[in-house]
Amino acid sequence: MPIAINRRPRRWSRMQRREALIGLAFITPVILGFLVFNIGPIVASLILSFTDYNILSRSPKWIGLANYYKAFSEPLFYKSLGNTLYYTIFRIPLSVILAFVLATMVKKTSVVSIAYRTAIYIPSIVPSVAAAVVWLVILNPQAGLLNRLLELVGLQGPGWLTSPTWAKPAIILMNLWQIGGSFVIFLAGLQEIPTEYYEAAKVDGASTWDTFWRITVPLMTPTILFNGVIESIYAFQVFEAAFITTGGGPLRATYFMALYIYDNAFKFLQMGFASAIAWLMFVLILAFTIGVLRTSRHWVYYGGER
Amino acid sequence: MSHRSQLAIHRGHPLVMPKYLMHWILAALLHLILIGISAMALLPLIYMLLTSLQSLSQVLKGAQLLPDPPTLEAYSFVLTRIPFLVYLKNTLVITLGALMGAFISNTLGAYGFARFRFPGREIIFGALLSSMMLPGVVRLVPTYILFLKLGWINTFLPLIIPAWFGSPFFVFLLRQFFRGLPEDLFDAAKIDGCNELRTLFYIVMPLAKPALATMLIFSAQGSWNDFMGPLLYLKNAKLRTLALGLYAFRSEPQGIPSWNNLMAIAVLMVLPVLILFALFQRYFIEGITISGIKG
Repeated sequence: MPIAINRRPRRWSRMQRREALIGLAFITPVILGFLVFNIGPIVASLILSFTDYNILSRSPKWIGLANYYKAFSEPLFYKSLGNTLYYTIFRIPLSVILAFVLATMVKKTSVVSIAYRTAIYIPSIVPSVAAAVVWLVILNPQAGLLNRLLELVGLQGPGWLTSPTWAKPAIILMNLWQIGGSFVIFLAGLQEIPTEYYEAAKVDGASTWDTFWRITVPLMTPTILFNGVIESIYAFQVFEAAFITTGGGPLRATYFMALYIYDNAFKFLQMGFASAIAWLMFVLILAFTIGVLRTSRHWVYYGGER
Repeated sequence: MSHRSQLAIHRGHPLVMPKYLMHWILAALLHLILIGISAMALLPLIYMLLTSLQSLSQVLKGAQLLPDPPTLEAYSFVLTRIPFLVYLKNTLVITLGALMGAFISNTLGAYGFARFRFPGREIIFGALLSSMMLPGVVRLVPTYILFLKLGWINTFLPLIIPAWFGSPFFVFLLRQFFRGLPEDLFDAAKIDGCNELRTLFYIVMPLAKPALATMLIFSAQGSWNDFMGPLLYLKNAKLRTLALGLYAFRSEPQGIPSWNNLMAIAVLMVLPVLILFALFQRYFIEGITISGIKG
C-alpha cells in the first residue's frame, strides 16, 4: 500500500472493512426496528402533534400549535394532569421507600429470607389484567376482602374504587403490590456493599440504626436514584390499573393522562391532539427526570468522588 | 488491621439487657413483621384461588373466605361457556411468534455490537440504550397508524413482527454477556476455521445459555401479560388473547358478579407464569439485576 501523507491518517484495512461490514449485517434487523418502531414513531408523533388528523376522514392538516393551545384550554387536560401528578407524587416515594426497606430487611441470605424475598417478588410477575381484576374484587365496598378485614378490627372501609376520594389511593395501593422489580434491584445493590464496612461498624460499636443511616443509605443512594427515575417514567404513564378497574372514574378521579391520550386517539380518533398530549407528557417526564438528576449531586454518594 | 483493633477499645457501654437477649427479641420482631408482609403480598393470590373454588351461590352470599365445599364449577364454566381455549391458543401463537423473533434478532444484534468494530458503534449503542428511557406512550399513536395503514389491524402481526426487529433491553442484556466471554475463545474458533455465524451458533450460544434463557423468559412474559397491544390491534372477539378475554369478561354487564368465574380465568392466566417462575427463578432475578447495574 503506497504511503500518502495527504490521505486520512487511519485508513481501514481490508480486514477491518470486512469486520465492520459483518458487524453491520448482524445489527441490521435491530437498527431497522429501532428506526421503524422507536425513533420513527417518536418523530412522527411530534409532527402529528402540529396537525389536525382524524384517521378515518382525511389526511393530516397542519395547524401549528393549535393542539397545544387546545390542551391548555381544556379542563379535562388539567384534570388528567392533576390526577397524574397526584399519583406520581405519592407513588414514587412510597414504592422506593417500601422496596428499599423491604430489601434491607431480607438482606441476609438464609433459607427463610429467600422465602420472604420470593413472597415479596411474586406479585410482580402477575399479569396486569389479572392483578387488576383480583384487586377489583378485593376492593369491592361491600363484599370485598379488604373492607371485611377492616370490619374485623371495627373500621368501616371506604368505597375505594367507587369513591372519588379513595379511588386514587386505591390505584396506588394496587400498584404498590407489584414493587418486586425495584425490590430486586435494591437487593442486588445491597449485596455489593463490602461486608468489611459492616464488620468495622460492629467493631466500632455502632448500633443497627446508625449502621443503616451511615453506611447502607449513603452507599445505596445511586440505586435509590436509579429506581426513582425508572419508577417515575412508569408512574407518569399509569394506565392499565385504572383503565381496567375504573375506566377513569368515578367522576374522572382516576382519569390519568395516559387515559386521556387513549380516549382522544382511539375513541375520538383525534390523532393530532392525542400526539400533542403525549408530547406534553414526554416533556413533563423529561423535566422531572432532569430535575431529579440535578438534585442528585447533593445527595447521591459516588464512592468519595461526589 | 491495626486501626480496627484500635476502634475496638472504644466500644462497650454497659447495657441494661444482656446483648444476646435484645438481639434475639429484635430478630424475632423482624421475622414477625416479615411474615406479616409476606402474607399480605401473597394474600391477593390466595384470595384469587379461594374465590375461584367457590360456587356461584357461595360468592353471592359473600360471607366466607374459604370455599365450602371447594368446587370446580367456575373452571368448568370457563372451559365450556367462554372461548377460553381460543384465547389460550391466540396467546400462545403470539407468544411463540414473538419469542422466535426476539431470539433471532437480539442474539444477532447483540453479537454484532459485542464482537465487531464498526464506525459509530458506540453512538448507535448509546442511542439504543437511551431509547429505553423514552416513554412508550409517545410512540403509541404513530405506531398504531403504521399498522393500520399496513392493514394489520385484526391480525397478530403488530404483536409479533416488532419482536423480529430486536429490542434495546434484550440487546443490552445479551451484549453484556457476550462481552464477558474470553477473547481466546474467539481466536481459537477463528484458527479452527469457524466463520462468524458458526462461532455464534456452536461456541457463543451454548455458553450464553443463562443470558438467552433470561431473554426468552422476559419475552414470553411480556407477550403473555401484554394488554395494551391486544387492546389496540385485536378488535375481533375470535382473536382475543387471555389478557383481553379476562378484560372482556370483567367488563361485560353481568348483572350478578360471577367473581368465581372471573377469578378462575385469572388463576388460569397466572398459573403458567408462576410455574415458569418456579422453574427459572434465577433468570427472572438476573435479568432485572442486570437492568439495575448500569444505574
